[in-house]
Amino acid sequence: MNKTFRLPHQRYSTLKERVLHPLSFKADEMLHALDDVSFEVATGEFFGIVGRNGSGKSTLLKCLAGIYGVDRGEIDIRGRLSPFIELGVGFNPDLTARDNVIINAIMLGLSRREARRRFDEVIAFAELEEFVDLKLKNYSSGMSVRLGFAVAVQVDADVLLVDEVLAVGDAAFQRKCFDEFARMRADGQTILFVTHDMGAIERFCDRAMLLDRGTVRAIGPPDEVAYLYNEANFGVAAGAEAQLPGEAARIGRVWCEDAHGERLVTSRHGEICHVCMEVKFLRPVRFPVFTVAFRNEVRHAIFVASSIPHPSPGEFRAGESARVRFSFSNVLAASHYTLTPAVGDWDEGYVPLDQREDVASLIVDSPLNTGGVADLPTELVVERP
Amino acid sequence: MSVQPAVARYRGPSAVGDDLRRFLNLTWMLAVTDFKLRFFGSALGYVWTLMRPLLLFGVLYFVFTEVVRIGGDIPHYPVILLSAIVMFTFFSETTSRGVTSLIERENLLRKVRFPRLVIPLSVSLHALFNLGLNLIVVFVFVLATGVEPRVSWLEVVPLLLLLVLFATSVAMLVAALYVRYRDMQPIWEVALQILFYASPIIYVISFLPDNIERPAMANPIATIVTQWRHAVIDSGAPSAAEAIGGGVRLLIPLAVVFGTFALGLWVFAREAPRIAEDL
Repeated sequence: MNKTFRLPHQRYSTLKERVLHPLSFKADEMLHALDDVSFEVATGEFFGIVGRNGSGKSTLLKCLAGIYGVDRGEIDIRGRLSPFIELGVGFNPDLTARDNVIINAIMLGLSRREARRRFDEVIAFAELEEFVDLKLKNYSSGMSVRLGFAVAVQVDADVLLVDEVLAVGDAAFQRKCFDEFARMRADGQTILFVTHDMGAIERFCDRAMLLDRGTVRAIGPPDEVAYLYNEANFGVAAGAEAQLPGEAARIGRVWCEDAHGERLVTSRHGEICHVCMEVKFLRPVRFPVFTVAFRNEVRHAIFVASSIPHPSPGEFRAGESARVRFSFSNVLAASHYTLTPAVGDWDEGYVPLDQREDVASLIVDSPLNTGGVADLPTELVVERP
Repeated sequence: MSVQPAVARYRGPSAVGDDLRRFLNLTWMLAVTDFKLRFFGSALGYVWTLMRPLLLFGVLYFVFTEVVRIGGDIPHYPVILLSAIVMFTFFSETTSRGVTSLIERENLLRKVRFPRLVIPLSVSLHALFNLGLNLIVVFVFVLATGVEPRVSWLEVVPLLLLLVLFATSVAMLVAALYVRYRDMQPIWEVALQILFYASPIIYVISFLPDNIERPAMANPIATIVTQWRHAVIDSGAPSAAEAIGGGVRLLIPLAVVFGTFALGLWVFAREAPRIAEDL
């Protein structure tokens, strides 16, 4: 499958203020939302699209979906394209989940009979059996997103366009969504996925594209694109002046696993948790220092796993790789943590070599809700003197 | 995949699209949903759809039989007035809701690819459901006032078709224009008022001076209402052909309807690809 997208010089007039003077033709202000964007995606690929706000991601997706027309250039798509870019479009709060599912399914291209036939499947997937006859206005936002996703996966399309859907829903449902994506990909469906979550990009995408003010900054392996994105967003790792990050050492994959070496998305409070990272050294490094910072939702660094207190692993030669594993007992409070790994050299003072902002994430479940950022094990003595 | 699907080139949204089944499904679904919401949404759902024309009828009937006394001499004036009001209500509902229909469905238009014409058509279909319910009441009144059913009642079908086509055409036109020119809404409100008094609704066509009567019949609503009176209520009343001065001249209101249809469709199809961005 070959898709060629060429959208040079997209014009979007933002000033349509002819309202007051219908007969005066003011020159419209031109906004090049997409400028010479051209890329190809192969069949069965999971293709990520990232970029800062206003970089043209959503416009691109809308052009692909056929919601906006293109002003110049061509979009060729082989196979059926999903016609929507957001979940639960057209959901009406005054109707029951049952009605909304049918309406949404028709909206997305199923026939009425087909929509009714698949209804049970949708509800089962969304795990909302008890709530089918509840009006949608009484649903929590997470529940309606689940419902929206459950309908969306029923649409028979060869190419799916997904805009930022995974930021919602609880951890278990996110897991389910990604499993569903994996199934789709195995079925030969192609997925174009717009997100800000670099963790998701690195975990799921085969390739990714970085958009910047309507132009393509980079297309390539997800980790490189994620790195460029983070660089654009948060600037270069603090203190890495002269040395380009990644020139002496490159951080590869970063992930969490449980005591049995199983990949972890969610960790329960009190469990043993391992955070792992891979580093490839391109130059000799005598005293490598590895760290992984855990930031919570408000971006406070709650905990930094660091190799400094531990004995040095010794020099790494150019071309050697390291697999680093920190183990800790998870005493973090329930939150969504983003992980920023870094590697540095402590030969003569600390020299940062590479750092990847927020490349991975960890969700912590906890039965406690103390309001603290960590729940350390405590012992209690209450006396009556 | 053994069969390679064909390459499709996407050029943006269109008015009608290439999948007629989906087009009809969507139109029907949107209209039914709206209707359901109105109907079951409030305790007195159906009563309200009925109340509007009935109240208007009550007021006008009182004014024009008791105060101004122009209706007194016309046989079956109440049912003539009621049917004309019900038909005009359909026209005004379709067109005035049509004006803002695209803006109200902004959420859908910006998020899903579907043929844009679905939106004004679903508005028209929804108004048609209401018209159907109101016509039941009209015919109950017609029979209650002692009018006997006749074969010429069959003319109701082409007359309603013409009315629906005219209203839908205008709805397409004003909906597409409103996206670009937001003053379309107040303009259309005024236009509807003018049209209400320019059409033989509270009066009958023969009340007009001779030199105005025939030009006034170029208005398709005047033609439909006049023919309705002749065919359904009072066979003694002048038919549309008599009022306009010859059957051939009926081509004029017909030309207005089909001309509006062509214009509406053309304007809408031209605007369709850009509607989502211009909203």
